[in-house]
Amino acid sequence: MSLVGARVLRTEDPRLLVGRGTFVDDLDPPHGAFASFVSGSHPHARVVSIDTAAAVRSPGVVGVWTAADLPDLPDLPGLPGMSRTVLAADVVRFVGEPVAVVVADDRAAAADAVALVEVRYEPLPAVATLAAATAADAPVLFPASPTGNVITDAPAESDVAAELEACAHRASLRIVNQRCAPVPIEPTACVADWGPDGLVLWATTQAPHHLRNTLATWLDVPQTRCRVIAPDVGGGFGAKINFYPELFAAPLLSRMTGRPVKFAQTRAEAMTQMYHGRDQVHEVEVGFDDDGAIRALRLDVTQNLGAYPDNTGLGLPVLTTWMAAGCYRIPAVATSYRTVVTNTTPVAAYRGAGRPEATYTIERVADLVARRTGIDPAEVRRRNFIPASAFPFTTHNAPVVYDSGDFHLALAECLRLLDYDARRAEQGQRRRDDRAPLLGIGLSSWLELAGFGPNGSLEGFGHLASWESAQIRIQPDGSVIVFSGSSPHGQGHETVLAQIAADELGVSADRISVRMGDTSTVLQGIGTMGSRGVVTAGSAVKVASARVVSQAKVIAAHLLEAAPEDMVAADDAFGVRGAPDREVGWAEVARASFQPLSLPPGVAPGSLEERFFQESPNFSYPSGAYGCVVSVDRDTGAVTIEAMVLVDDCGTVVNPLLAEGQVHGGAAQGIAQALFEEVRYDGDGHPLTGTLHDYVMPSTNDLPDFTAGRTVTLSPNNPLGAKGIGESGAVGAPAAVVNAVVDALAPFGVEHLDMPLTPERVWRAMRGAS
Amino acid sequence: MTTVRMTVNGRDYEGEVTPRTSLVHYLREQLRLTGTHVGCDTAKCGACTVLLDGQSVKSCNVLAVQADGRDVTTVEGLTGPFGGRHRVQEGFHQEHGLQCGFCTPGMVMAAVSLLAEQPEPTDAEIREALQGNLCRCTGYEMIVRSVRWAADQDDRPVRDEGTR
Repeated sequence: MSLVGARVLRTEDPRLLVGRGTFVDDLDPPHGAFASFVSGSHPHARVVSIDTAAAVRSPGVVGVWTAADLPDLPDLPGLPGMSRTVLAADVVRFVGEPVAVVVADDRAAAADAVALVEVRYEPLPAVATLAAATAADAPVLFPASPTGNVITDAPAESDVAAELEACAHRASLRIVNQRCAPVPIEPTACVADWGPDGLVLWATTQAPHHLRNTLATWLDVPQTRCRVIAPDVGGGFGAKINFYPELFAAPLLSRMTGRPVKFAQTRAEAMTQMYHGRDQVHEVEVGFDDDGAIRALRLDVTQNLGAYPDNTGLGLPVLTTWMAAGCYRIPAVATSYRTVVTNTTPVAAYRGAGRPEATYTIERVADLVARRTGIDPAEVRRRNFIPASAFPFTTHNAPVVYDSGDFHLALAECLRLLDYDARRAEQGQRRRDDRAPLLGIGLSSWLELAGFGPNGSLEGFGHLASWESAQIRIQPDGSVIVFSGSSPHGQGHETVLAQIAADELGVSADRISVRMGDTSTVLQGIGTMGSRGVVTAGSAVKVASARVVSQAKVIAAHLLEAAPEDMVAADDAFGVRGAPDREVGWAEVARASFQPLSLPPGVAPGSLEERFFQESPNFSYPSGAYGCVVSVDRDTGAVTIEAMVLVDDCGTVVNPLLAEGQVHGGAAQGIAQALFEEVRYDGDGHPLTGTLHDYVMPSTNDLPDFTAGRTVTLSPNNPLGAKGIGESGAVGAPAAVVNAVVDALAPFGVEHLDMPLTPERVWRAMRGAS
Repeated sequence: MTTVRMTVNGRDYEGEVTPRTSLVHYLREQLRLTGTHVGCDTAKCGACTVLLDGQSVKSCNVLAVQADGRDVTTVEGLTGPFGGRHRVQEGFHQEHGLQCGFCTPGMVMAAVSLLAEQPEPTDAEIREALQGNLCRCTGYEMIVRSVRWAADQDDRPVRDEGTR
């Protein structure tokens, strides 16, 4: 029986359920010390002086360090002249930037001493918004930047002005895709132990090899003496890819103090120090005909990078412009983008990273076309879809080629699950009754780019390469170790990769152990991000397993005196095709593989071990259709989600239970962006959302039950046919929710509202219109 | 320093704490019961939820001295007939109520508390009872299903279930 496709319960669960997981802050090495950072309290200021005398004398303090105490260190990865140092030296550029660090015997002593460090600042003019940063007389964050606060500027290669002009109708929107905080429930933490044999760093990271490679270079030590371990990691959502200064400071502090040093971020620190996501402003113009056919599209993206240009942050608007046309065949598309620094927390990857922004805008545009033409939003989508027969489909940006999909099928399934026509009828009735809450129906036919990625794609974000690795090792008893370079933080790799290996090897899943997250045991790895786990790591496991079983068949055939090509591996044994009574157990074959006297000529002992680096010829393109039904309270503006339909096409599904979990979680974050969450600053760049009391994450009562559906088109670009599922919900959901609310407000003439759609914002829209 | 005595998971402990030591830090750093997590420091996320005299509390918001003389149950103290797991823990396994697992101990303890007070909750009551516990991974529906699964085990023999 095939395990790929089966609802297998997770092997990760037992330890996590009984409190026996190992998260970084659970570690307590002997003679450990604790590091706590003094964070800058100004959005933009010159550091005049730092007085550490009182802190040094505080009980339990081992030492206090400022940038002046750590000279000659290289910058952290970034753009020349615009990169971060491990502690801010002369200038702080966002609230939360570390300027000094205390190491003490325990976390309470460290916190006490941090409060005693006196930093004198000379405030500098700050820019908190894109408008302020790009004003003519704006203060410049980096004198080294030749173009001021605008860091990259990519004008449109084509000009679609004539095509827009030729359309019967044109419409435009200015869309703000607000800044969000990823908020994994486990903040950043690390334990650095630099002993005589080198450094071991336990860290909350999605990409331990990526961190190891960069850290070893930065510390100028061989990679063999720099071991990074990601144990159980409590969520990431992109925020645990980044090179935070704390992860680089801790090893130095361990080396200097001769003690293991732990850092465990508080939530208040995490809200300003973990990099944020989104924060784009779009100017979009669309040209269309009476029949709703979209003829031309122009999208200009401005990306807020925060205070330091991060490699990923710089790439976000690139991905957005690639995906600008979504599921639609639009004859003329022009895109441009620019990136801008401001005195705010840096912006980098957050679940979807550049693709949710694209989907949100094109799906808002589809609804705007429907509104202006009076054609049903579902019909507008159908009239513009790329047909299933058109794949592979080359987009407006020639290197981006959609692999496969069936957008009509997904939308039809979504409408069926929504009971669309009945909902429309109910909407009409409610509109005629001014005591009934308004009803709105929103659709989102979304498409994303995932499975990062093709050679060259992750290199652009600073990674070593874009493959993912697998290594399969057979033990003498026939049990199996799968090593994967993909390091999880909740996705369920241990279960899913074992399912894939079990099918290929013919070994029971409970005899397969998956090892990840340790640079000393896993050959090489890239990490978990960009919906790439199953696509790249899963495919690597499949191919490496197939090679192992092929070699094992040679040994099994020798033991059975049969031909290797007649061997069948299943149920922990090798059988002979056509001879059901002849069988040798996997354990016997495994044992023989280490015993030269049992091996056929030409087969070396220890041959049942394979490694494979899965490269990808293209991205994968998960797609789907989401539908949302909302009711809007006429008196308060409160939005209630009455139904949320999620139809996904992620190609091959390895484990439907886990796939559903990924979709739910992603959709929850999408709904959160649509209705609740926004990182806010005051006009000077002081954060207003510094705790979870101010930053409104949805709780149980804020989210609906979901109705999940599925269509399947396989990706031709990997051996599994998988497309990736981790980011789908976050890509597709915001547009469905906002389209529903704007639809509910149609009687008020509302054509667009920016997220988050708080009761106040909705109430003002109704009131402003009446 | 102040001496505190409390029963944790059925065992008596005596320890020295400062007046400001929170219960969660006492549990994690002195008793080394690291199953209880800290996620927000402000009694918002509920990752630190434990039972204090049978009632769920956020242990980042309780001082260790306030627990003096009282009975504490953490996730390590749950027992049950499902391979040693409590039916709530098993429900989270069966219905995929956890992904990264960081909020899970707090969620489980809040759900155990709910079922002690209300053995047959509706889905709405489950959502109401867990609204003080934040999860960033699941979107909550599968957590609700997990608690429902546990509640539906009432007819099965659970005599060896309890808290240590």
